[in-house]
Amino acid sequence: MARKLPAKDVVIVGLGWTGAILAHELTEAGLDVVAIERGPWRDTATDFNIGYVSDELRYAVRRDLFLQPRQETFTMRNASSQTALPMRDFGSFLPGTGVGGAGVHWNGHTWRFYPSDFNLKSHVTERYGAARIADLQIQDWGVSYDEMESAYDRFEYLCGISGKAGNINGTIQAGGNPFEGPRKRDYPLPPMEMTYAPTMFAEAARSLGYHPFPTPSANLSKAYVNPLGIAMGQCTMCGFCERFGCANYSKSSAQTTVLPVLMRKSNFEARVNCEVLHVNLDAAGKMAKGVTYIDVNGEEWEQPAEMVLLCAYGLHNARLMMLSKIGQIYDPQSGEGTVGRNYAYQTNAGIRMFFDDKNFNPFVAAGALGQTMDDFNGDNVDHGPLDFIGGAGVNCIPTNGRPIGNRPVPPGTPRWGSAWKKATKDNYLGSFGFSSQGSSYAARGNYLDLDPTYKDRFGRPLMRMTFDFPDNDIRMSHWVSDRMEEIAKALKPKQYVSARRNKSWNSVPYQSTHNTGGAIMGADPKTSAVNKFLQSWDVPNVFVIGASAFPQNAGKNPTGTVGALAFWAADAIRNQYMRNPGPLVQA
Amino acid sequence: MSDDRIFSATRRRFLTSAAAVSFVTIASQAYAQTISGALPWHAFAGDPPQPMLSGWYFFKPDEARALEAIVDRLIPADDLSVGGKDAGCAIFIDRQMAGSYGDSSRLYTKGPFMPGLPTQGYQGEATPAMRYRAGLAAIDAHLRKAMNNRGFAQLKADVQDQFLKDLEAGKVDLGKVNGKAFFNLVLQNTMEGFFADPIYGGNRGMASWKMIGFPGARYDYRDHVAKHNQPYPHGPISIGGSPEWSRKG
Repeated sequence: MARKLPAKDVVIVGLGWTGAILAHELTEAGLDVVAIERGPWRDTATDFNIGYVSDELRYAVRRDLFLQPRQETFTMRNASSQTALPMRDFGSFLPGTGVGGAGVHWNGHTWRFYPSDFNLKSHVTERYGAARIADLQIQDWGVSYDEMESAYDRFEYLCGISGKAGNINGTIQAGGNPFEGPRKRDYPLPPMEMTYAPTMFAEAARSLGYHPFPTPSANLSKAYVNPLGIAMGQCTMCGFCERFGCANYSKSSAQTTVLPVLMRKSNFEARVNCEVLHVNLDAAGKMAKGVTYIDVNGEEWEQPAEMVLLCAYGLHNARLMMLSKIGQIYDPQSGEGTVGRNYAYQTNAGIRMFFDDKNFNPFVAAGALGQTMDDFNGDNVDHGPLDFIGGAGVNCIPTNGRPIGNRPVPPGTPRWGSAWKKATKDNYLGSFGFSSQGSSYAARGNYLDLDPTYKDRFGRPLMRMTFDFPDNDIRMSHWVSDRMEEIAKALKPKQYVSARRNKSWNSVPYQSTHNTGGAIMGADPKTSAVNKFLQSWDVPNVFVIGASAFPQNAGKNPTGTVGALAFWAADAIRNQYMRNPGPLVQA
Repeated sequence: MSDDRIFSATRRRFLTSAAAVSFVTIASQAYAQTISGALPWHAFAGDPPQPMLSGWYFFKPDEARALEAIVDRLIPADDLSVGGKDAGCAIFIDRQMAGSYGDSSRLYTKGPFMPGLPTQGYQGEATPAMRYRAGLAAIDAHLRKAMNNRGFAQLKADVQDQFLKDLEAGKVDLGKVNGKAFFNLVLQNTMEGFFADPIYGGNRGMASWKMIGFPGARYDYRDHVAKHNQPYPHGPISIGGSPEWSRKG
């Protein structure tokens, strides 16, 4: 039996990027806020210590900082005709846990989505006709890029993003991304200094008429003090970035941009190693009363609150809604129900090249140090003559030279023995790759629901993922791979190897921790779980913030948009909901 | 009990656990005590790696001998580096089997166990430690029958190589043990040991890092980032430091 705690104004589930931003914004507005985090407290000096953080086995291979499947996993299958089985280990994607969430161990690619991403269905229908998207279930977000611009700006300045604007108030800027939506001002910091491989890539791309530019990076090009007064250091390009916490205060995270201010506030409290089991609703199921959580001693506590903000990883937001009976779970047969609808992912492919007599020093690297070209992304290319919609960013961002995971050898090399060893030595310094990060467009048969068989350690159903790459996305990825091979040839390697995206989605090899959807935003409560302010249509004192809100995924890393949505939702709560609690959009 | 007293009890617990992760020597114990009966694993402790003792933690002497011979063929000694045995790859695997990797204590191990699709990943009930115990025994039984009562360690190098090639190709029937899958597990763990930081028992003397030119646990490359296509001038260092840091003589 849960014991009841004194009420708070706001309870936040999860203290990662979105939880920290919402907590900061709402405590500034004078609210009494508690954040409940199932993982441990973590901070730079203690947990990402420079004395031992450069440990590939521990952090990249055994994944010490990540959510462990023992604590929570998912079942998966490629189609609803199959029986889902649990991911006994994570592979294809790696959710975070603990204070800072996955923002501790991300790479730091910090993007804005394109204006046409936000009204995707309307845009594509208008330009290419409704028949083009008959097999897909893409939707508009209910919010426009113009509405999101200042929220993007605030997240970029909170983080100290290092990049080069391509479009300031409609004027194209040399050296930036000429396709991007207009921004009010440049990034807070200039781009990072380039390593050799992305420099070569950019030269080859330019020679073919494309428009490469420095990837906007949350690894800082210079020392920076953010608007909260928190200081960060210049990135040292140590090559231990993704899957690692940054020991140098050089990678933007809740720890390096928000928590030093937030934790000092008397109207904020973090409870760690406490896992929220469900949101408690009133008898009618129309209002949330708070949450019930369990601490590490196995004791249950009830935390009453006026508002509940779900700020866990997107997949966990969707599961918590299902377990709490907030909204109706999506049914792919009838198309009814909204929670679990439009689960999407990322459609990636890659190319690796091998050179004689070149030394790329792959270990001189940072998570987001590289070059991107967006000539094939979003709707930047005319899809009229093509047989797909969507696209991909092409990224040359060599993140590391850590040798357990990164020791490429040409195809045909034995996997062991002296010949393997010689090839490993000969190619370690002289190889690099680039990749396409493609959009993932929602389809009726790709969704999340509760598994009928497998349970977590508290006996609650695991969430079940049913997903495969839609044909449209496979066609898109192959077309982009064809273009990438042309770029690879222009680089004149002795050999290149194209790793193309094919069906079916495999949960074992790492691909991307960009899982989106499941609690999507929109203008219609029949097809979205939350309104344009990320407020639940069904329980208006619950807001659900994260990539769970994306109606489909773009060819971009999601964190920039997730951070912007956090500011967007915080503004709606501060400026509208606090004055007049209730639905901010009438259904 | 009033709400306030319950609240302060929770708060005290939070403060205790938050403090525990910053005291490295007691963090694991404090955390394990706290989670006893709920989460039987020791992830997330903010503690530095522990120095290792000598001897074998997991493998029995015969198993250790066979595994040392196997890793010495997967990574043979030649003019590029020492062999897998002298690099400590078997010691590395031994330590891994004795920890949270070997017993799958971080993984989802609830049933029912059912054969899955390739896209659903490993669905077996056996942990890596159980698979090594069964796999090495099955190889030994197979070879003693086929090779005049000799185990893997007693075979000549070319015979060992041929056996490993057949195992890799799925041509060796090891009964209940899937030989190809076991080979892949051993190969994966051997490479982990050869390329991981030497603090885990493999990559002794940073042999693999010297071979390929990886500078190891270095922290600051700002002075080299603009030096395109130029070799990095410094040798590797480990989390445990560098031999050059020790006083000579």
